[in-house]
Amino acid sequence: MAHYQPPKQGKASQLFDVVVLVVLTVGALFVPLWMGMAGAAKSVSTPVENPTWETLGQNEAQSAKYEALGYTPETAHDLILARFDYSFSITALLTMIAVILLYYFLILRFSEVEYREVISEKFGE
Amino acid sequence: MADVDITSQTMDGMGPHGTKVGLLRVLGPAHVWALGVGIVLVGEYMGWNFAVGKGGAYAALIACWFAGILYSCVAMIDSEVTSTVASAGGQYTQAKHIVGPLMAFNVGLYLVFAYTMLEAANAITAGYLFSVVASMTGHADALDQRPFIILVIMFLAWLNYRGVLATLTFNLVITSIAFLAILVLFLSTSGVIGTGIMEHAALFEGHELPYGWIGVLAAMHFGLWYYLGIEGTTQAAEEVRSPARALPFGTLAGIMTLLIAATLTWYVCSGVLPWEFLGDGVNGSVAPLFDTARLSGSNALIWLLGFGTLFATLASANGCINDASRAWFAMGRDKYLPGWFGAVHPKYRTPYRAIIFLVPIALIFALGAPLDQVITFSILSGLLGYTFMPLNIILFRRRWPLETIKRGYEHPFHPVPAITLLTLCGVTFFAVFLGYGTQLVAMIGFYIVVSLWFHFWRYRFVNRGAQFTMPWPKPRGY
Repeated sequence: MAHYQPPKQGKASQLFDVVVLVVLTVGALFVPLWMGMAGAAKSVSTPVENPTWETLGQNEAQSAKYEALGYTPETAHDLILARFDYSFSITALLTMIAVILLYYFLILRFSEVEYREVISEKFGE
Repeated sequence: MADVDITSQTMDGMGPHGTKVGLLRVLGPAHVWALGVGIVLVGEYMGWNFAVGKGGAYAALIACWFAGILYSCVAMIDSEVTSTVASAGGQYTQAKHIVGPLMAFNVGLYLVFAYTMLEAANAITAGYLFSVVASMTGHADALDQRPFIILVIMFLAWLNYRGVLATLTFNLVITSIAFLAILVLFLSTSGVIGTGIMEHAALFEGHELPYGWIGVLAAMHFGLWYYLGIEGTTQAAEEVRSPARALPFGTLAGIMTLLIAATLTWYVCSGVLPWEFLGDGVNGSVAPLFDTARLSGSNALIWLLGFGTLFATLASANGCINDASRAWFAMGRDKYLPGWFGAVHPKYRTPYRAIIFLVPIALIFALGAPLDQVITFSILSGLLGYTFMPLNIILFRRRWPLETIKRGYEHPFHPVPAITLLTLCGVTFFAVFLGYGTQLVAMIGFYIVVSLWFHFWRYRFVNRGAQFTMPWPKPRGY
C-alpha cells in the first residue's frame, strides 16, 4: 500500500484550527449558562414564615451545629429547605440515551475505518 | 512465553518509534503516586460534598463506595494497558494504538478538559481559602479572590515549565502533608485521641435519605469527585524510569490511599456538619474538612486543615497542569492538533508550549464559571473517558492476548472489571442527567461536532502508519 503523504499545514491554518477548538470548548460550557439552561438550581418549594429551628425540621444537635457555624433560623432558611427537583420525562431520558449511543457509534465506526488504514500502512497488507 | 516482553530491560521505557528520546526519564513510583493522589486528594477537601446535597449523607457514603469500585476497576484496567505504553498522553496514546485515531482524539480532549477544569476548580477553591483566612485574621471587607486565582495558576504553570522532577517532588511533599492532615483530623475528632465530637446519629435523625433511593443514584454524580483524576498517573509514562513497574505500582498504591482517605473524610465531615450545610458547596461548606476543623474548637487543627486544603488544591492544580499539557503535547506531536504544540523545551525537556497555551483556558473557566458547573464539566469529561476504558481493555485483550505481549501487570478476573465499570458508568450518566442533563447533552454535542471536524478536516494532516509508535506486534484480526 502506498504511504499516505499528509499536506503541510500553513501557520494561519494551524492558528485557525486552534481558534475553532477554543471557541467550541468555551461555547460548550458557557452557552448553557448564558441561556439559563444550566439546571441544577435548588429551590425552596414551601417557604416557612418566621422560621424556628423546629419548623425547619432541625433537632437540638442539628440546630446547635448551625449556631456554631454562625447561622440563625432566618439565615439558614434557604440553605436548609432548598431541594433539587428530580422529576424528569421519559422522553428526555430516552433522548439522552440516544445521544450517548449515537456519539459512541459515530466515533467507533469512524475510528475503525481510520484504524484499518493505520495498521495496513504500519504492518503492510 | 509472550512474543514481546515489554517488561524486559531492553524494552521497558522504550518510547515512540522504538527510541528512548523525548521527555526526560527521571521519575520513580513515588512520583507516580504523588501525581495520581496529588490530583485527586483535593476531591476529599472540596467537591465530594455536593454528593451529600444530591442525596443526603448516607447516599454520599454509598456513592463513595460504589465510585470506589468504579475507580478500582479503572486503576486495574489502566495499570495493565499503561504498563505496555511508555509514551506521554496516557489513555490518548492507548486509544490511538488499540481503538483508532478518532477515539484517541476524543480521549485526548476528555483528558485535557477534565484536568483543565479540575485545575480551574482548584484555583477557585484556593481563592476562597485565601478570602476565609483574610476574614479570620481581621480583614474587614470581602477579599477579591481573582488575583489569587490567577497567581495560583501562573505559579504552577511556571513550575511545570521549569521541569517535571521538581514539579512532582513538590507534589510528593505537599500531598503527603495533606493526606496526613486528614488522618490527624480523624484521630483527633473521632475519639481515638482525646474526646470525640462525632454525632452521626443525632445529625442524621429525620434526614437519613432526604430524596429516597433516587437521591442515592443522583449522588453518584459527585461521588466520582472522591477519586477523579487517579487515571492521570499514566501521563507520566514517558517520564518514569521504568513504566512497566512504576506505573502499576504507583497507580494501585494511589487508589488504595484514596479509598482510605475518602471513607475517613465522609466519616469525619458527616459526623460534625449538618447535611444541608455540608451538601451545599457554594453557599454552605466550600471546604468541608476545613469547616469540620473550625467546629472542633482546636486552633491547631484549623491551621493544619487550612494548610491541608491549600496544599491539596495546589497539588491537584499542579498535577492537572502536568497531565493536561502532556495530553495536549502528545496530540500535537501526532499532528492531531497543530504540530507546533509537540515541541519539547531544549533545556528543561518539558512540553512548554502546551503548558503555556492551556494557562488562559484554565483562567477563562476559573474566573468565569461557578464551581459546581466547572466540576460537572470535569466529571463529564472524566466519565466519558471511563466509558472508553472497558472498550479499550476488551479490544486490547482481543487484539493482543496475554501470550503476545508480556505486561508489567495483568489485571485479574477479566472481563468482570470491564463489565462492572461499564455498568457503573451507565448509572453515573443517569445520575448526571438528574439535575445536570442540559450540560450532559451540551458536552456530548460538543464532542460530536469536534469529532466530525477531526474526521473530515483535521485528520488529513496526520501521518497514518507513523502514529503507531509502540514496538508491538501486528494486532490479531487485521
